Amino acid sequence: MAQEVITLGGKKKSMLIDKVKELLPDGGNLNLCLTCGACSSGCPATGLEDMDPRKFLRMAALGLDDEILKSDWPWMCTMCQRCVYVCPMKIDIPQLVYNIRSMRPREERPKGILGSCDMALRNDSCSAMGTSPEDFKFVVEDVLEEYQEAQPEFKDMQAPIDKQGAEFILNQNSREPVTEPDEMVPLWKIMHLAGVDWTYGNKGWGGENYCMFLADNEAWEHITRTAAKQADDLGCKIFLNTE
Amino acid sequence: MRKSYGDPIAEDLRFVVRSVVGEENFIDMTPNRSNNYCCGGGGGFLQAGLKDERLEFGKLKDDQIQQTGASYCIAGCHNCHAQIHELSEYYEGNYGVVHLWTLICLSLGILGPNERAYLHDDLKDVLVFHPESEM
Ligand code: SF4
Ligand code: SF4
Repeated sequence: MAQEVITLGGKKKSMLIDKVKELLPDGGNLNLCLTCGACSSGCPATGLEDMDPRKFLRMAALGLDDEILKSDWPWMCTMCQRCVYVCPMKIDIPQLVYNIRSMRPREERPKGILGSCDMALRNDSCSAMGTSPEDFKFVVEDVLEEYQEAQPEFKDMQAPIDKQGAEFILNQNSREPVTEPDEMVPLWKIMHLAGVDWTYGNKGWGGENYCMFLADNEAWEHITRTAAKQADDLGCKIFLNTE
Repeated sequence: MRKSYGDPIAEDLRFVVRSVVGEENFIDMTPNRSNNYCCGGGGGFLQAGLKDERLEFGKLKDDQIQQTGASYCIAGCHNCHAQIHELSEYYEGNYGVVHLWTLICLSLGILGPNERAYLHDDLKDVLVFHPESEM
């Protein structure tokens, strides 16, 4: 007597992994896995939540969508891409992870990341700490003046904001202007000594982009476009991302 | 930078680090370059509210750093800096974690007393620029 065929539940509906494959060039190679385990053996997130990248991919391939959406593991994979680097089939697990992050209702994603993204949407700075363009300008000018006086060799040092036509535009992690302003200065000094023509942008100066980590595509794009538009409006040639 | 432009561009940064700290003081960790491990600060992990898991993730990085026996680790970005700094304290390796700009200015003799938040006692008083401006 013929054995009954075992069918896996997930196969019937349209699976989550198929949706992700549609979004990625070459489908992220997501169905080419040889199960060799090279990814898992060098992944620092292996073992967390009893998960590893190979297992995660297999679960997605088997259509275990509910389990995958329930797991917090996609928030423990840093999307560092080491697994892609070592994978013989160049399978894009971090893209799978990213897109699974985006499938969770926005308000149910980790509060800290959500809060930092929302802060960045509050004003044109796009700073995850919510710092306004005015506050940033105040701190930069204040610190610069202090150092020009205290270290006269640097009396001509500049830290311009919105300098039209500067060659380089720099962004700035918000942690410095907000909590440790002195840490901005060494970089200014290096730029000064190297004779670099640079500027910050009054809009989009916040270097961190938590909306990307939140997998909120629209907000991520808004932040990136704000920074890029400022560079264009000022006529800067090179964007220096310090993050 | 390495992620976007590949390993060769990171060699330029190695040149900078070697020039600044001196060849004999530079130790690469193992594995390195694209085979290196992520520290666990990225991808939003720092703000995800999953501290235990984040520190466990970072254990691999901390082991790697401690195996070099180096007294300072240079971090390339803020996420890494915050995470590795915490790893150093949590796993009690107590190595310093610094930004590259700090070491460049120190080597040029233009690092003031208030720009040394991440230097340890061994370097706190070395080549201080305008020590009178200490706050
Ligand atoms: S390294 Fe690639 S092929 Fe090997 S198990 Fe991981 S995803 Fe599959
Ligand atoms: S991208 Fe994620 S799964 Fe891949 S090695 Fe990094 S942490 Fe692990």
